[in-house]
Amino acid sequence: MIKIKNISKSFNDKSVLRNINGEFDKGKTNLIIGSSGTGKSVLLKCIVGLLHPDTGYAFYDLRNFTDADKDVKSEIRREIGMLFQGGALFDSKNVEENVMFPLDILTKMPYDEKLDRVNFCLKRVGLENVNKKMASEISGGMKKRVGIARAIVNNPNYLFCDEPNSGLDPQTSILIDELILEITHEFNITTIIVTHDMNSVLGIGEKIMFLHKGDKLWEGSNEDITHSGVKELDDFVFINKVMKSLKGTKLV
Amino acid sequence: MKEFGRYMIFLGSLVVRRETFITYYRLVIEECMQIGVKSISLFVLVSTFMGAVTTVQTAYNLVTPLVPRYVISQVVREMTVLELAPTIMAIIFAGKIGSSMAGGLGTMRITEQIDALEVMGINSSSYLVLPKVVASMLMYPMLVIVAGVCSIIGGYLVGTLTGILTPTEYVMGIRSIFNDYSITFALIKSFVFAFLIASISCFKGYYTQGGALEVGIASTDAVTSSVIAVLLADYFLANLLL
Repeated sequence: MIKIKNISKSFNDKSVLRNINGEFDKGKTNLIIGSSGTGKSVLLKCIVGLLHPDTGYAFYDLRNFTDADKDVKSEIRREIGMLFQGGALFDSKNVEENVMFPLDILTKMPYDEKLDRVNFCLKRVGLENVNKKMASEISGGMKKRVGIARAIVNNPNYLFCDEPNSGLDPQTSILIDELILEITHEFNITTIIVTHDMNSVLGIGEKIMFLHKGDKLWEGSNEDITHSGVKELDDFVFINKVMKSLKGTKLV
Repeated sequence: MKEFGRYMIFLGSLVVRRETFITYYRLVIEECMQIGVKSISLFVLVSTFMGAVTTVQTAYNLVTPLVPRYVISQVVREMTVLELAPTIMAIIFAGKIGSSMAGGLGTMRITEQIDALEVMGINSSSYLVLPKVVASMLMYPMLVIVAGVCSIIGGYLVGTLTGILTPTEYVMGIRSIFNDYSITFALIKSFVFAFLIASISCFKGYYTQGGALEVGIASTDAVTSSVIAVLLADYFLANLLL
């Protein structure tokens, strides 16, 4: 479980996040949603330590990560897997080397064992026989899958996904969402997903936090999202004609 | 001054929270291949022509019959060892390797590859930059030696084939009044220049923010700043060591 307490962040006097509190449950897909520019990615970066919040803390199973010393931070980071928006695969390495990279750096496993683990993870995300392809030779959807394989190769306790469906067609998006959901349940990990994709919200939003202009306005599940009573959230959810026509009905 | 302070902090970050020796060893070898082996043809080409042109121009300026012709190759040797091989090659090194380092790191920054390393608990600056700096300091002095040899050979070929001076005169000039401290000075300069070019270029690339346009700007900045630093260092080292 990950808990955040009073997280605030500003850039050049512009307040991006204000006193965000919340809990992200283990074994569930926890979504942070909101329109573009509401601070979702900044919150995620504050949680994983890529940005230091001005105030507040992130706790990983009661361990204070934000104020931890470098050794403790390093230890916790070894339990983290992260899928970046563009995949963030290393251009100079092929698919196999990309997925094997965390094992090379963080473990002393023999090569054969590492290769077995890499092949297991690639198979788990539905990719086989692409080991020797370079990152630039594979499609966007495949890059996301490789990114997921790299994120789970080290058996993480915490999985972070920054807009996993961006730039993907709806069908591939759903496949990626389902993959993340399955992996979360299968390995019982705490997964946090930043998204503004309504298919993801309705499909895999087991726990949802809604941000609006730097404030947390609502928390709940995909079952409650259509009748939250929060105007800003309704504006976000019922944005098109199809969704508007479904207002008041139970979608999940 | 603020930029200089950030640069010093950046240099400090290269030597903390390091990975294992074997990791760095592999990375340094890879970088040596990129920096050294892939640059050698350019260095050979440029330095050979540099030596050839120096020979022709020195001969053109020596109009009095009172100066023996072997002085031409002596001038070529001194200019090559003291300035042309370490300093002019440093500018070429900054243009080829410095811009490539800044561009590569800038691209890694904007495509979140550096963030990916940080999330894994890896000190990204140390992991990515330290091997480049070490490899530059290993390879650049070797490239300078190759450039020096090629420059002198270039001078020999042009000088003898065009009849400016005979092979015996050329070799005599190369060997006369030779002070081996010039070589030591050139190698000290090449170590310092390699460190400056690699570290400044990586610094510019590592802190790139924005998109493709900013990566281009970082590459240009890297070359400009490295060249200025090299010229300043060249002046100070000459004052200090000669």
